Amino acid sequence: MAGKIREDIKIETRNLNFYYGHNHVLKNINLSVPKNNVTAIIGPSGCGKSTLIRLFNRMNDIIPKTRLEGQILLDGEDIYAPGVDVVELRRRVGLVFQKPNPFPKSIFDNVAYGLRINGGLSRSEIEARVEKSLKEAALWDEVKDRLKDNALSLSGGQQQRLCIARALAVEPEVILFDEPCSAIDPIATARIEELIIKLKEKYTVIIVTHNMQQAARVSDFTAFLWLGQLIEFDRTEKIFTTPANRLTEDYITGRFG
Amino acid sequence: MKFKSRRIKPMKRKAVIQALGFFVLRLCLYFVVSILLLFLYDLVKKGGGVISWEFLTQPPRRGMTEGGIFPAIVGTFLVTMITAIVAIPLGLFAAIYLNEYARQGRLTRLIRLSIRNLAGVPSIVYGLFGVVLFVNILTFGTSVLSAGLTLGLLTLPWTITASEEALKAVPNSFREGALALGATKWQAIRTNVLPYALPGMLTGAVLGLARAAGETAPIMFTGAAFYLPHLPRSLKDQFMALPYHLYIMATQHHAIVQVRPLAYGTAIVLLALVLGMNLTAIVIRYRRRRQREIHGW
Repeated sequence: MAGKIREDIKIETRNLNFYYGHNHVLKNINLSVPKNNVTAIIGPSGCGKSTLIRLFNRMNDIIPKTRLEGQILLDGEDIYAPGVDVVELRRRVGLVFQKPNPFPKSIFDNVAYGLRINGGLSRSEIEARVEKSLKEAALWDEVKDRLKDNALSLSGGQQQRLCIARALAVEPEVILFDEPCSAIDPIATARIEELIIKLKEKYTVIIVTHNMQQAARVSDFTAFLWLGQLIEFDRTEKIFTTPANRLTEDYITGRFG
Repeated sequence: MKFKSRRIKPMKRKAVIQALGFFVLRLCLYFVVSILLLFLYDLVKKGGGVISWEFLTQPPRRGMTEGGIFPAIVGTFLVTMITAIVAIPLGLFAAIYLNEYARQGRLTRLIRLSIRNLAGVPSIVYGLFGVVLFVNILTFGTSVLSAGLTLGLLTLPWTITASEEALKAVPNSFREGALALGATKWQAIRTNVLPYALPGMLTGAVLGLARAAGETAPIMFTGAAFYLPHLPRSLKDQFMALPYHLYIMATQHHAIVQVRPLAYGTAIVLLALVLGMNLTAIVIRYRRRRQREIHGW
């Protein structure tokens, strides 16, 4: 069952099935997410795309009455194997939520949160890492003079970039975005998209979006999910120009959605 | 003109009905408030005269027909402290477990229901339970300790319920956000849930304590004394308490008419104490609300 491990693949699902109670939400998903690329997961509401990426850092663990079959491999290792340290996994695989969810603390403390709970860093190291993360998230210039201010005083777009900085601070390998722009205005969205494209130099990025233009703009690969099934997965330009499947074509041309 | 007046008439009737409705509601409120004021006025009129520095700092003298209520104040203070030590941490931790860790199913629902029901058990029943458990089985005797523990049990359902409500009010995104950054469940709770739930938890706890401080029945059998010439020297000693002292002065004293002002004075002090505690709770709650308004959750 241990198939060949490919160096260029960061996350791979093998015959993945997922259930909420009796509800079969993901059906036999086989997906290989390439390293240092942006992979978009698109599909109509309720197709299971958010569920899927939340499985990648086991955020669905906290929901009772769920069941998973199959495997999810991170660098070839099954993250659902017994004995896997979930805390360590979540440090390697960060998640940015749909709605910006800064903590009601200062901007600095938000970014430092993950560093402090993991411990082991000196004050100056934390300061350096906070600055670096805020720069990576393209927020530094806007907040450098007000790091002590409450994070909730930022605008929605800034809050989301803060959440990205917070996720970057713990130096993950993969960053999951769960519809990161659905609660944000177009200009702020453009900034975050720019940022996502830049992030793939260092990180593997997976983004769930119901906005097809966004998928086309930011991603290298696109997966189309429909009613819990992976209909098509290919390079983004292929999906958006010459999709192999009729359903994919209907969806991206807006015939249903 | 005719058309206009016909259109306006029903509106007028509505306005009159509305004004009448408001008037009745206002009357109800005035009624409640006036009863309260009357009650306070009566207390102060009959007992205000005895309130003095001496009354607050001296023990009773001459068969409790003179002197003050100092031992009762100290006793109530001590017992309330023990109640707090029992009820606040236990209630807090129980609520954390119930809300954050326990699998939400039939069993937790049953536990929750039982806790709600415990809050409705008459205090005299707690008193009897305290006699059996603390005084007899655990052999603490009739003492500050037994009474404090009994009142602690009485307060527990309130602190658990209030703490759980406070935890529920913390948005789930605080928990998820922390977990996604690699926090353990306990780290997420400790750093990102408790700090925001604590004011609410304390508010509930203080209100529960204020209620316990005024209880008579649970301490009557478990440690409160009719009269003691000295303050309690240890937790195993009996003590005097304000509510019990009031009860004695109002119903059990041989010179009942003579000591009536003292009874009213005791009532004023007890009321002031409870009011003070409630005020603390209100201040905590007010501050929390303002913080929430500023921080927007």
